[in-house]
Amino acid sequence: MIEVDRVGRSFTVGRGRARRTVHAVRDLSFTVGSGEFVGYLGPNGAGKSTTIKMLTGILAPTSGRIRVAGLDPTRRRTALARRIGVVFGQRTTLWWDLPLKDSFELIRHLYKVDRVDFRRRLDELADLLDLGGFLHTPVRQLSLGQRMRGDVTAALLHEPAVLILDEPTIGLDVVSKVAMRAFLRRLNAEHGTTVLLTTHDLGDIEKLCRRVMLIDHGRLGFDGTVDDLRATAPGRESLEEVVAHLYTA
Amino acid sequence: MVRTYLLLAWTWMRASAQYPVSFALMTLGSFTLTGLDVAGIWIIFEHTESLGGFGLFEVMFLYGTSGLSFALADMLFGNVERLSQHVRAGSFDTMLIRPTGAFVQMATDRFGVQRLGRIAQAALVLGISLPRLDLSWSRMWMVPLMVACGLVIFTSIFALGGALQFLLTDAPEVANAFTYGGSTLTQYPLSIYGGELVKGVTFIVPLAFVNWQPALYVLDREDPFGLPYWLRFVAPVAAVLLAVAAALAWRAGIRRYRSTGS
Repeated sequence: MIEVDRVGRSFTVGRGRARRTVHAVRDLSFTVGSGEFVGYLGPNGAGKSTTIKMLTGILAPTSGRIRVAGLDPTRRRTALARRIGVVFGQRTTLWWDLPLKDSFELIRHLYKVDRVDFRRRLDELADLLDLGGFLHTPVRQLSLGQRMRGDVTAALLHEPAVLILDEPTIGLDVVSKVAMRAFLRRLNAEHGTTVLLTTHDLGDIEKLCRRVMLIDHGRLGFDGTVDDLRATAPGRESLEEVVAHLYTA
Repeated sequence: MVRTYLLLAWTWMRASAQYPVSFALMTLGSFTLTGLDVAGIWIIFEHTESLGGFGLFEVMFLYGTSGLSFALADMLFGNVERLSQHVRAGSFDTMLIRPTGAFVQMATDRFGVQRLGRIAQAALVLGISLPRLDLSWSRMWMVPLMVACGLVIFTSIFALGGALQFLLTDAPEVANAFTYGGSTLTQYPLSIYGGELVKGVTFIVPLAFVNWQPALYVLDREDPFGLPYWLRFVAPVAAVLLAVAAALAWRAGIRRYRSTGS
């Protein structure tokens, strides 16, 4: 479902003499199969967001080849948008001044979702994510937890085969986190949606991900199951310690 | 594309309808402010019979056509010059994950009809000038065509300015020189400017085709700079060429987009 083959992305920063090239991602390769649930870990500045942006077509890679749902994200960005769902935990993709319901209607038109499918899908999502209480509230007045649930709904209305989440649980309280995780697990199990998520919360990884990839300095440092991950540092109690060990190694 | 544009514009209008007083004041404000331009022209003609060889109503005709083109372009597409704000805020990323072109989303972002004030003002000036000019009916077909060409030219300049901001994250001023600057420049007969400038806006940045060259045809005037007669009919060609250049630049800009940190 996702194929990344020897992908690199560099940026030139600074001006004049201070000009230099930063390799945010270098020689990155991995594949994610249909129906997988993958956690993508890495310290700040490791290249996580850059990878996500290349997968979604926001950034063009400087080298290598990417296929997501069968498409080259850079060349077929708008076609790809219909096949994937994207959620940014740090910023909303909803329309700030519009009631949540209107944002969804707009998305229905933009993604050309059939009216009947849309109704059924929205009812299902509204029920699972408990949106009933604030469907008619403007997005700017929603709490972070509510907004996040709205964003996830917006990303799923067109029934994408792949869902890419960039820090979906950032800033959420414990209750919202638990609800979000339960929802994502169910989505993956029942609809077979392929999920790739980045996070700094290892609870997300432990509770959700069968597979973990770890990127550091733009390279893949680890790729395996959560148990494999634990096995890299025997004797360490928590997953946090294991990951911290890998980050600093 | 047109459907998506209308849909997004309508959505933003509904959102801004939450603030009706602000809407009314801004419409009135833009009508009044641009109205001061006309007051300026009146004052000039209090002291002189002609401006660069053109009479009051001829100047009003030039002002009206250029103003109408610019105000329409500004209302429909002027928002793309705010690109660097969206790039810095990270909201441009969210436009790229939708199945619709980023240009349409940028153009309609916070779409408001407040700028109708300016359109109404320009249309009024044009409406006053037309019956007072002794124009040949057989030449009137050029008037809507020149407004449309001007709309395309100004839109293309807005898009070029937006595309430039992919490279220089803070360059709206550069584009403003050509959009707002171009709008002011073309409000007056180009005969009041130097010959070098006029050649520049004819052959390099084709602002002379917004209204000047087609207006020479409508008003049936000699070209004060002695440029060839056929230039009066070249506006559609200039508009299409500039639009193609702008579209290519915009696409190249998106491919070079660097996003923000997080």
